[in-house]
Amino acid sequence: MRFRTPFLFALALLAYSVSAQSPQLHFPQRVEAGAAFSIPTSGSGAATLYIVGPGGALRRKIQLGTSLAFGADDLPNAGHYTAVLVGGSSTQSGQFDVVPSKPGRLSFLAKPSRLPVNRATGISGVVYLFDRFGNLALDPQPVSFDLSDGSGRTQSRTQASRNGVAWVRMDSAVKAGPATFQASVANVREKRIVQQVPGDPCSIRMTARASDQKVVLETDPIRDCSGNAVPDGTIVSFTETYQGSQSTVDVPIKRDVARTELPAHNGAVISVASGIVMGNEIRWNGGL
Amino acid sequence: MTIRSKLSSLLVVPALAVLLLSSTSQTAVHVEPMDSVGPRPIEAQTRSSIIRDYLAAWQCLNQATLQNRPDLLDPYFVGQARQTLGETIQAQQNLAIRTTYQDTSHNIRVVFYSPEGLSIELLDDIEYDVDVHAGQQALGSSHVQTRYIAVLTPTESRWKIRVFQGGVS
Repeated sequence: MRFRTPFLFALALLAYSVSAQSPQLHFPQRVEAGAAFSIPTSGSGAATLYIVGPGGALRRKIQLGTSLAFGADDLPNAGHYTAVLVGGSSTQSGQFDVVPSKPGRLSFLAKPSRLPVNRATGISGVVYLFDRFGNLALDPQPVSFDLSDGSGRTQSRTQASRNGVAWVRMDSAVKAGPATFQASVANVREKRIVQQVPGDPCSIRMTARASDQKVVLETDPIRDCSGNAVPDGTIVSFTETYQGSQSTVDVPIKRDVARTELPAHNGAVISVASGIVMGNEIRWNGGL
Repeated sequence: MTIRSKLSSLLVVPALAVLLLSSTSQTAVHVEPMDSVGPRPIEAQTRSSIIRDYLAAWQCLNQATLQNRPDLLDPYFVGQARQTLGETIQAQQNLAIRTTYQDTSHNIRVVFYSPEGLSIELLDDIEYDVDVHAGQQALGSSHVQTRYIAVLTPTESRWKIRVFQGGVS
Protein backbone atom coordinates (compact mmCIF):
# COMPACT_ATOMS: atom_id res chain seq x y z
CA MET A 1 0.00 0.00 0.00
CA ARG A 2 1.50 3.30 -1.02
CA PHE A 3 0.18 6.74 -0.15
CA ARG A 4 1.84 10.08 -0.69
CA THR A 5 1.72 11.21 2.95
CA PRO A 6 0.27 9.76 6.07
CA PHE A 7 -2.52 12.24 6.12
CA LEU A 8 -3.73 10.74 2.89
CA PHE A 9 -5.07 7.99 5.04
CA ALA A 10 -7.69 10.46 6.17
CA LEU A 11 -10.80 8.72 5.15
CA ALA A 12 -13.99 9.82 3.53
CA LEU A 13 -16.53 8.06 5.64
CA LEU A 14 -19.17 6.35 3.63
CA ALA A 15 -21.22 4.98 6.45
CA TYR A 16 -24.84 4.90 5.56
CA SER A 17 -26.14 3.45 8.73
CA VAL A 18 -25.18 3.21 12.35
CA SER A 19 -26.42 -0.28 12.73
CA ALA A 20 -24.03 -3.13 13.34
CA GLN A 21 -24.80 -4.55 9.93
CA SER A 22 -24.30 -1.33 8.01
CA PRO A 23 -21.64 -1.29 5.31
CA GLN A 24 -18.91 1.26 5.78
CA LEU A 25 -16.13 2.10 3.40
CA HIS A 26 -13.14 4.16 4.36
CA PHE A 27 -11.65 5.70 1.26
CA PRO A 28 -8.46 7.80 1.19
CA GLN A 29 -8.98 11.38 0.10
CA ARG A 30 -6.12 11.07 -2.37
CA VAL A 31 -4.44 8.25 -4.16
CA GLU A 32 -1.47 8.53 -6.47
CA ALA A 33 -2.08 7.33 -10.01
CA GLY A 34 -0.79 3.83 -10.49
CA ALA A 35 -0.44 3.14 -6.78
CA ALA A 36 -1.82 -0.07 -5.35
CA PHE A 37 -3.84 0.44 -2.22
CA SER A 38 -6.47 -1.21 -0.12
CA ILE A 39 -9.32 0.06 1.95
CA PRO A 40 -10.94 -1.56 4.94
CA THR A 41 -14.67 -2.15 4.99
CA SER A 42 -16.96 -2.75 7.89
CA GLY A 43 -20.36 -4.32 8.21
CA SER A 44 -21.41 -7.67 6.92
CA GLY A 45 -22.90 -9.17 3.84
CA ALA A 46 -22.34 -8.43 0.20
CA ALA A 47 -22.26 -5.03 -1.42
CA THR A 48 -21.25 -3.49 -4.71
CA LEU A 49 -18.90 -0.55 -5.07
CA TYR A 50 -19.03 1.69 -8.13
CA ILE A 51 -16.26 4.18 -8.78
CA VAL A 52 -17.01 6.68 -11.52
CA GLY A 53 -15.43 9.81 -12.88
CA PRO A 54 -14.39 11.26 -16.21
CA GLY A 55 -11.16 9.33 -15.78
CA GLY A 56 -12.69 5.90 -15.43
CA ALA A 57 -15.46 3.64 -14.25
CA LEU A 58 -15.19 0.38 -12.37
CA ARG A 59 -17.27 -1.94 -10.22
CA ARG A 60 -16.27 -4.25 -7.43
CA LYS A 61 -18.24 -6.87 -5.57
CA ILE A 62 -17.40 -6.54 -1.89
CA GLN A 63 -17.68 -8.84 1.05
CA LEU A 64 -18.14 -6.34 3.85
CA GLY A 65 -15.78 -6.71 6.77
CA THR A 66 -12.78 -7.48 4.59
CA SER A 67 -10.25 -5.23 2.91
CA LEU A 68 -10.80 -4.21 -0.67
CA ALA A 69 -7.59 -4.17 -2.70
CA PHE A 70 -6.92 -2.08 -5.78
CA GLY A 71 -4.09 -2.97 -8.13
CA ALA A 72 -1.48 -0.60 -9.47
CA ASP A 73 -3.28 -0.12 -12.75
CA ASP A 74 -6.87 -0.03 -11.52
CA LEU A 75 -7.00 3.76 -11.34
CA PRO A 76 -4.33 5.11 -13.67
CA ASN A 77 -6.07 8.33 -14.66
CA ALA A 78 -5.83 11.37 -12.43
CA GLY A 79 -9.09 13.07 -11.59
CA HIS A 80 -11.94 13.40 -9.20
CA TYR A 81 -13.93 10.25 -8.58
CA THR A 82 -17.23 9.45 -6.95
CA ALA A 83 -17.61 6.19 -5.08
CA VAL A 84 -21.06 4.69 -4.65
CA LEU A 85 -21.52 1.77 -2.30
CA VAL A 86 -24.67 -0.23 -2.84
CA GLY A 87 -25.55 -2.72 -0.14
CA GLY A 88 -28.99 -4.17 0.16
CA SER A 89 -31.50 -1.40 -0.16
CA SER A 90 -29.12 1.36 0.88
CA THR A 91 -26.51 3.33 -0.95
CA GLN A 92 -23.73 5.58 0.22
CA SER A 93 -21.50 7.84 -1.80
CA GLY A 94 -18.17 9.49 -1.26
CA GLN A 95 -15.45 11.20 -3.23
CA PHE A 96 -11.71 11.03 -3.66
CA ASP A 97 -8.95 12.25 -5.95
CA VAL A 98 -6.41 10.37 -7.98
CA VAL A 99 -3.37 12.61 -8.33
CA PRO A 100 -0.62 12.40 -10.97
CA SER A 101 2.64 10.64 -10.25
CA LYS A 102 6.08 12.06 -11.10
CA PRO A 103 6.87 13.18 -14.66
CA GLY A 104 7.67 10.35 -17.02
CA ARG A 105 7.13 11.96 -20.40
CA LEU A 106 7.50 15.42 -21.90
CA SER A 107 5.44 16.95 -24.64
CA PHE A 108 7.89 19.42 -26.15
CA LEU A 109 6.92 21.86 -28.85
CA ALA A 110 9.73 23.94 -30.35
CA LYS A 111 8.83 26.68 -32.79
CA PRO A 112 9.69 27.50 -35.46
CA SER A 113 11.47 24.51 -36.95
CA ARG A 114 13.38 26.79 -39.33
CA LEU A 115 14.38 30.42 -38.89
CA PRO A 116 17.07 32.91 -39.87
CA VAL A 117 20.21 33.25 -37.79
CA ASN A 118 20.72 35.95 -35.21
CA ARG A 119 17.08 36.43 -34.24
CA ALA A 120 16.71 37.48 -30.62
CA THR A 121 14.07 35.39 -28.79
CA GLY A 122 13.20 33.87 -32.15
CA ILE A 123 12.82 30.32 -30.85
CA SER A 124 10.18 29.29 -28.34
CA GLY A 125 9.93 26.05 -26.44
CA VAL A 126 6.89 24.84 -24.51
CA VAL A 127 6.93 21.71 -22.39
CA TYR A 128 3.97 19.95 -20.84
CA LEU A 129 4.90 17.39 -18.20
CA PHE A 130 3.07 14.09 -18.05
CA ASP A 131 3.41 11.08 -15.83
CA ARG A 132 3.71 7.59 -17.27
CA PHE A 133 -0.08 7.32 -17.48
CA GLY A 134 -0.49 10.50 -19.48
CA ASN A 135 -1.70 12.60 -16.57
CA LEU A 136 -0.54 16.20 -16.48
CA ALA A 137 2.07 16.30 -13.71
CA LEU A 138 1.22 19.37 -11.69
CA ASP A 139 3.85 19.49 -8.95
CA PRO A 140 6.38 22.22 -9.84
CA GLN A 141 9.51 20.83 -11.43
CA PRO A 142 12.68 22.51 -12.71
CA VAL A 143 12.75 22.16 -16.49
CA SER A 144 16.08 22.64 -18.26
CA PHE A 145 16.18 23.99 -21.79
CA ASP A 146 19.40 23.72 -23.79
CA LEU A 147 19.90 24.98 -27.32
CA SER A 148 23.19 23.82 -28.88
CA ASP A 149 24.34 24.94 -32.30
CA GLY A 150 26.93 23.43 -34.60
CA SER A 151 29.78 25.47 -33.18
CA GLY A 152 29.26 23.98 -29.74
CA ARG A 153 27.76 27.11 -28.26
CA THR A 154 24.92 26.32 -25.88
CA GLN A 155 22.24 28.52 -24.43
CA SER A 156 20.74 27.14 -21.23
CA ARG A 157 17.75 28.19 -19.20
CA THR A 158 15.96 26.57 -16.33
CA GLN A 159 12.31 27.31 -15.69
CA ALA A 160 10.07 25.90 -13.00
CA SER A 161 6.96 24.28 -14.34
CA ARG A 162 3.70 25.77 -13.23
CA ASN A 163 0.42 23.95 -13.64
CA GLY A 164 2.28 21.29 -15.56
CA VAL A 165 3.81 23.58 -18.16
CA ALA A 166 7.08 25.45 -18.63
CA TRP A 167 8.20 27.61 -21.51
CA VAL A 168 11.19 29.57 -22.70
CA ARG A 169 12.43 31.80 -25.50
CA MET A 170 15.88 31.44 -27.01
CA ASP A 171 17.97 33.36 -29.55
CA SER A 172 18.90 31.80 -32.85
CA ALA A 173 22.65 31.40 -33.32
CA VAL A 174 24.92 33.62 -35.40
CA LYS A 175 26.17 30.60 -37.33
CA ALA A 176 23.81 28.82 -39.68
CA GLY A 177 23.11 25.12 -39.32
CA PRO A 178 21.00 22.72 -37.30
CA ALA A 179 20.64 23.35 -33.58
CA THR A 180 19.59 20.78 -31.03
CA PHE A 181 16.93 22.02 -28.66
CA GLN A 182 16.55 19.83 -25.60
CA ALA A 183 14.14 19.98 -22.69
CA SER A 184 14.73 17.82 -19.65
CA VAL A 185 13.25 17.10 -16.26
CA ALA A 186 15.39 14.87 -14.07
CA ASN A 187 16.28 12.00 -16.40
CA VAL A 188 13.39 12.57 -18.80
CA ARG A 189 14.36 14.48 -21.93
CA GLU A 190 13.09 15.36 -25.36
CA LYS A 191 15.04 16.78 -28.30
CA ARG A 192 14.02 18.79 -31.31
CA ILE A 193 16.07 20.05 -34.22
CA VAL A 194 15.80 23.69 -35.21
CA GLN A 195 17.27 24.62 -38.57
CA GLN A 196 18.97 28.00 -38.50
CA VAL A 197 19.38 29.38 -41.98
CA PRO A 198 21.29 32.43 -43.26
CA GLY A 199 19.42 35.68 -43.33
CA ASP A 200 19.01 38.04 -46.26
CA PRO A 201 22.15 39.09 -48.11
CA CYS A 202 23.95 41.84 -46.29
CA SER A 203 25.26 43.40 -49.51
CA ILE A 204 25.71 42.43 -53.16
CA ARG A 205 28.57 43.49 -55.32
CA MET A 206 28.89 42.50 -58.99
CA THR A 207 31.59 42.92 -61.56
CA ALA A 208 31.29 42.98 -65.35
CA ARG A 209 33.55 42.02 -68.24
CA ALA A 210 33.14 41.91 -71.97
CA SER A 211 32.78 38.63 -73.85
CA ASP A 212 32.15 38.90 -77.60
CA GLN A 213 28.93 40.88 -77.93
CA LYS A 214 27.87 40.24 -74.38
CA VAL A 215 28.69 41.45 -70.96
CA VAL A 216 29.41 38.79 -68.33
CA LEU A 217 28.12 39.69 -64.86
CA GLU A 218 29.20 37.94 -61.69
CA THR A 219 28.67 38.73 -58.04
CA ASP A 220 31.17 38.39 -55.25
CA PRO A 221 30.28 35.58 -52.81
CA ILE A 222 26.96 36.60 -51.28
CA ARG A 223 26.72 36.43 -47.51
CA ASP A 224 24.35 37.55 -44.80
CA CYS A 225 25.35 40.12 -42.22
CA SER A 226 26.71 37.37 -39.94
CA GLY A 227 29.01 36.04 -42.64
CA ASN A 228 26.95 32.96 -43.52
CA ALA A 229 26.79 32.10 -47.19
CA VAL A 230 23.35 32.74 -48.60
CA PRO A 231 21.97 29.37 -49.74
CA ASP A 232 22.37 28.20 -53.29
CA GLY A 233 19.15 28.65 -55.18
CA THR A 234 18.42 32.08 -53.76
CA ILE A 235 17.36 34.24 -56.68
CA VAL A 236 19.44 37.22 -57.77
CA SER A 237 18.05 39.60 -60.38
CA PHE A 238 20.21 41.43 -62.92
CA THR A 239 18.51 44.31 -64.70
CA GLU A 240 19.80 46.14 -67.77
CA THR A 241 18.31 49.48 -68.76
CA TYR A 242 19.17 50.81 -72.20
CA GLN A 243 17.48 53.53 -74.28
CA GLY A 244 14.31 53.38 -72.24
CA SER A 245 13.90 49.61 -72.37
CA GLN A 246 14.57 47.28 -69.52
CA SER A 247 15.40 43.59 -69.39
CA THR A 248 15.77 41.46 -66.30
CA VAL A 249 17.37 38.07 -65.78
CA ASP A 250 16.73 36.06 -62.59
CA VAL A 251 19.43 33.55 -61.75
CA PRO A 252 19.92 31.33 -58.71
CA ILE A 253 22.99 31.57 -56.56
CA LYS A 254 25.34 28.69 -57.27
CA ARG A 255 28.34 28.07 -55.08
CA ASP A 256 27.87 31.40 -53.30
CA VAL A 257 27.80 33.54 -56.46
CA ALA A 258 25.32 34.49 -59.16
CA ARG A 259 26.47 34.74 -62.75
CA THR A 260 24.79 35.66 -66.07
CA GLU A 261 25.30 37.30 -69.43
CA LEU A 262 23.45 40.25 -70.94
CA PRO A 263 23.69 41.95 -74.34
CA ALA A 264 26.49 44.47 -74.37
CA HIS A 265 25.13 47.96 -75.06
CA ASN A 266 27.39 50.92 -74.54
CA GLY A 267 25.65 53.28 -72.14
CA ALA A 268 23.47 50.60 -70.59
CA VAL A 269 22.94 50.71 -66.84
CA ILE A 270 23.04 47.36 -65.10
CA SER A 271 21.86 46.78 -61.54
CA VAL A 272 21.68 43.75 -59.27
CA ALA A 273 19.34 42.88 -56.39
CA SER A 274 18.08 39.98 -54.30
CA GLY A 275 14.84 40.30 -52.46
CA ILE A 276 14.83 43.69 -50.81
CA VAL A 277 18.60 44.07 -50.95
CA MET A 278 20.00 46.24 -53.73
CA GLY A 279 23.54 45.80 -54.97
CA ASN A 280 25.82 48.06 -56.94
CA GLU A 281 25.10 49.58 -60.32
CA ILE A 282 27.34 49.52 -63.42
CA ARG A 283 27.23 51.81 -66.44
CA TRP A 284 28.58 49.68 -69.33
CA ASN A 285 31.04 51.45 -71.60
CA GLY A 286 32.39 48.52 -73.50
CA GLY A 287 34.69 47.41 -70.82
CA LEU A 288 36.89 50.46 -71.19
CA MET B 1 -26.89 19.52 -27.24
CA THR B 2 -27.33 23.25 -27.05
CA ILE B 3 -24.89 25.84 -26.03
CA ARG B 4 -26.40 27.98 -23.37
CA SER B 5 -27.70 31.33 -24.36
CA LYS B 6 -25.52 33.02 -21.85
CA LEU B 7 -22.47 32.12 -23.84
CA SER B 8 -23.26 34.68 -26.45
CA SER B 9 -22.81 37.28 -23.75
CA LEU B 10 -19.19 36.32 -23.52
CA LEU B 11 -18.60 37.80 -26.93
CA VAL B 12 -18.92 41.24 -25.45
CA VAL B 13 -17.22 40.55 -22.18
CA PRO B 14 -14.41 42.97 -21.53
CA ALA B 15 -11.28 41.99 -19.72
CA LEU B 16 -13.05 42.15 -16.42
CA ALA B 17 -14.42 39.43 -14.30
CA VAL B 18 -17.94 38.54 -15.18
CA LEU B 19 -20.63 36.68 -13.41
CA LEU B 20 -23.20 35.14 -15.61
CA LEU B 21 -26.22 33.28 -14.45
CA SER B 22 -28.28 31.40 -16.93
CA SER B 23 -31.98 31.59 -16.38
CA THR B 24 -32.41 28.24 -18.06
CA SER B 25 -29.64 26.14 -16.60
CA GLN B 26 -28.86 28.03 -13.42
CA THR B 27 -25.19 27.58 -14.10
CA ALA B 28 -23.07 30.41 -12.83
CA VAL B 29 -19.98 31.19 -14.85
CA HIS B 30 -17.29 33.48 -13.55
CA VAL B 31 -14.29 34.25 -15.71
CA GLU B 32 -11.20 35.89 -14.30
CA PRO B 33 -9.63 38.72 -16.31
CA MET B 34 -7.23 37.53 -18.99
CA ASP B 35 -5.17 40.70 -19.39
CA SER B 36 -2.14 39.38 -17.55
CA VAL B 37 -2.13 35.87 -18.97
CA GLY B 38 1.02 35.13 -20.87
CA PRO B 39 3.25 34.73 -22.59
CA ARG B 40 1.07 35.49 -25.58
CA PRO B 41 -1.63 38.15 -25.31
CA ILE B 42 -5.10 36.73 -25.71
CA GLU B 43 -7.12 38.31 -28.48
CA ALA B 44 -10.70 39.34 -27.70
CA GLN B 45 -12.16 36.74 -30.02
CA THR B 46 -10.04 34.02 -28.44
CA ARG B 47 -11.18 35.07 -24.96
CA SER B 48 -14.79 34.49 -25.80
CA SER B 49 -14.31 31.39 -27.93
CA ILE B 50 -12.15 29.60 -25.39
CA ILE B 51 -14.80 29.97 -22.69
CA ARG B 52 -17.63 29.16 -25.07
CA ASP B 53 -15.96 25.98 -26.25
CA TYR B 54 -14.87 24.88 -22.78
CA LEU B 55 -18.39 25.21 -21.38
CA ALA B 56 -19.85 23.50 -24.40
CA ALA B 57 -17.41 20.65 -23.80
CA TRP B 58 -18.99 20.06 -20.40
CA GLN B 59 -22.41 19.76 -22.01
CA CYS B 60 -20.88 17.43 -24.53
CA LEU B 61 -19.36 15.32 -21.75
CA ASN B 62 -22.65 15.15 -19.91
CA GLN B 63 -24.51 13.91 -22.97
CA ALA B 64 -21.82 11.43 -23.91
CA THR B 65 -21.69 9.79 -20.46
CA LEU B 66 -25.47 9.88 -20.13
CA GLN B 67 -26.04 8.18 -23.46
CA ASN B 68 -22.83 6.14 -23.36
CA ARG B 69 -21.89 7.45 -26.77
CA PRO B 70 -18.18 8.18 -27.19
CA ASP B 71 -18.80 9.75 -30.59
CA LEU B 72 -20.51 12.68 -28.90
CA LEU B 73 -17.13 13.66 -27.48
CA ASP B 74 -15.60 14.32 -30.87
CA PRO B 75 -16.67 17.93 -31.35
CA TYR B 76 -14.94 19.16 -28.20
CA PHE B 77 -12.33 16.62 -27.11
CA VAL B 78 -9.16 15.47 -28.81
CA GLY B 79 -6.01 13.54 -28.03
CA GLN B 80 -5.47 12.20 -24.55
CA ALA B 81 -8.67 13.69 -23.17
CA ARG B 82 -10.75 12.14 -25.95
CA GLN B 83 -9.10 8.78 -25.48
CA THR B 84 -9.53 8.71 -21.70
CA LEU B 85 -13.15 9.82 -21.80
CA GLY B 86 -13.89 7.35 -24.57
CA GLU B 87 -12.44 4.54 -22.51
CA THR B 88 -14.49 5.65 -19.52
CA ILE B 89 -17.67 5.49 -21.55
CA GLN B 90 -16.67 2.08 -22.85
CA ALA B 91 -16.20 0.96 -19.25
CA GLN B 92 -19.62 2.34 -18.36
CA GLN B 93 -21.14 0.36 -21.20
CA ASN B 94 -19.48 -2.80 -19.94
CA LEU B 95 -20.84 -2.16 -16.45
CA ALA B 96 -24.28 -1.22 -17.77
CA ILE B 97 -24.24 2.09 -15.96
CA ARG B 98 -24.71 5.69 -17.02
CA THR B 99 -23.57 8.89 -15.36
CA THR B 100 -24.54 12.50 -15.65
CA TYR B 101 -22.36 15.48 -14.87
CA GLN B 102 -24.58 18.52 -14.39
CA ASP B 103 -22.36 21.52 -13.90
CA THR B 104 -23.80 24.20 -11.63
CA SER B 105 -20.98 26.71 -11.42
CA HIS B 106 -17.63 27.51 -12.99
CA ASN B 107 -14.95 29.86 -11.80
CA ILE B 108 -12.52 29.91 -14.71
CA ARG B 109 -9.01 31.30 -14.73
CA VAL B 110 -6.86 31.10 -17.84
CA VAL B 111 -3.27 30.62 -16.71
CA PHE B 112 -1.23 30.05 -19.87
CA TYR B 113 -1.38 30.93 -23.54
CA SER B 114 1.59 29.54 -25.42
CA PRO B 115 3.95 31.84 -27.35
CA GLU B 116 2.81 30.50 -30.71
CA GLY B 117 -0.87 30.39 -29.77
CA LEU B 118 -1.04 26.61 -30.02
CA SER B 119 -2.31 25.82 -26.53
CA ILE B 120 -4.25 27.45 -23.75
CA GLU B 121 -4.44 26.19 -20.20
CA LEU B 122 -7.16 27.04 -17.71
CA LEU B 123 -8.16 26.20 -14.17
CA ASP B 124 -11.80 25.81 -13.27
CA ASP B 125 -13.14 25.72 -9.72
CA ILE B 126 -16.27 23.89 -10.55
CA GLU B 127 -19.33 22.51 -8.86
CA TYR B 128 -21.39 19.78 -10.44
CA ASP B 129 -23.80 17.01 -9.56
CA VAL B 130 -22.95 13.43 -10.43
CA ASP B 131 -25.71 10.89 -10.80
CA VAL B 132 -25.06 7.22 -11.39
CA HIS B 133 -27.73 5.01 -12.94
CA ALA B 134 -27.98 1.35 -13.76
CA GLY B 135 -30.79 1.08 -16.24
CA GLN B 136 -33.65 3.03 -14.72
CA GLN B 137 -32.34 2.59 -11.21
CA ALA B 138 -30.55 5.47 -9.55
CA LEU B 139 -27.54 4.06 -7.77
CA GLY B 140 -26.35 7.23 -6.14
CA SER B 141 -25.56 10.87 -6.49
CA SER B 142 -23.04 13.34 -5.22
CA HIS B 143 -22.44 17.06 -5.27
CA VAL B 144 -18.86 17.76 -6.27
CA GLN B 145 -16.67 20.76 -5.62
CA THR B 146 -13.29 20.41 -7.21
CA ARG B 147 -10.79 22.06 -9.50
CA TYR B 148 -10.24 21.01 -13.07
CA ILE B 149 -7.32 21.81 -15.29
CA ALA B 150 -7.79 21.79 -19.03
CA VAL B 151 -5.44 22.33 -21.95
CA LEU B 152 -7.14 23.34 -25.15
CA THR B 153 -5.70 23.45 -28.65
CA PRO B 154 -7.09 25.16 -31.72
CA THR B 155 -8.66 23.17 -34.52
CA GLU B 156 -10.30 24.24 -37.76
CA SER B 157 -13.50 25.43 -36.17
CA ARG B 158 -13.07 25.61 -32.43
CA TRP B 159 -10.86 25.01 -29.43
CA LYS B 160 -10.81 21.40 -28.32
CA ILE B 161 -9.82 19.99 -24.95
CA ARG B 162 -6.64 17.93 -25.11
CA VAL B 163 -5.99 17.57 -21.37
CA PHE B 164 -8.91 17.33 -18.94
CA GLN B 165 -8.13 16.52 -15.36
CA GLY B 166 -10.03 16.99 -12.11
CA GLY B 167 -9.02 16.77 -8.50
CA VAL B 168 -6.38 19.45 -8.86
CA SER B 169 -5.25 20.81 -5.53
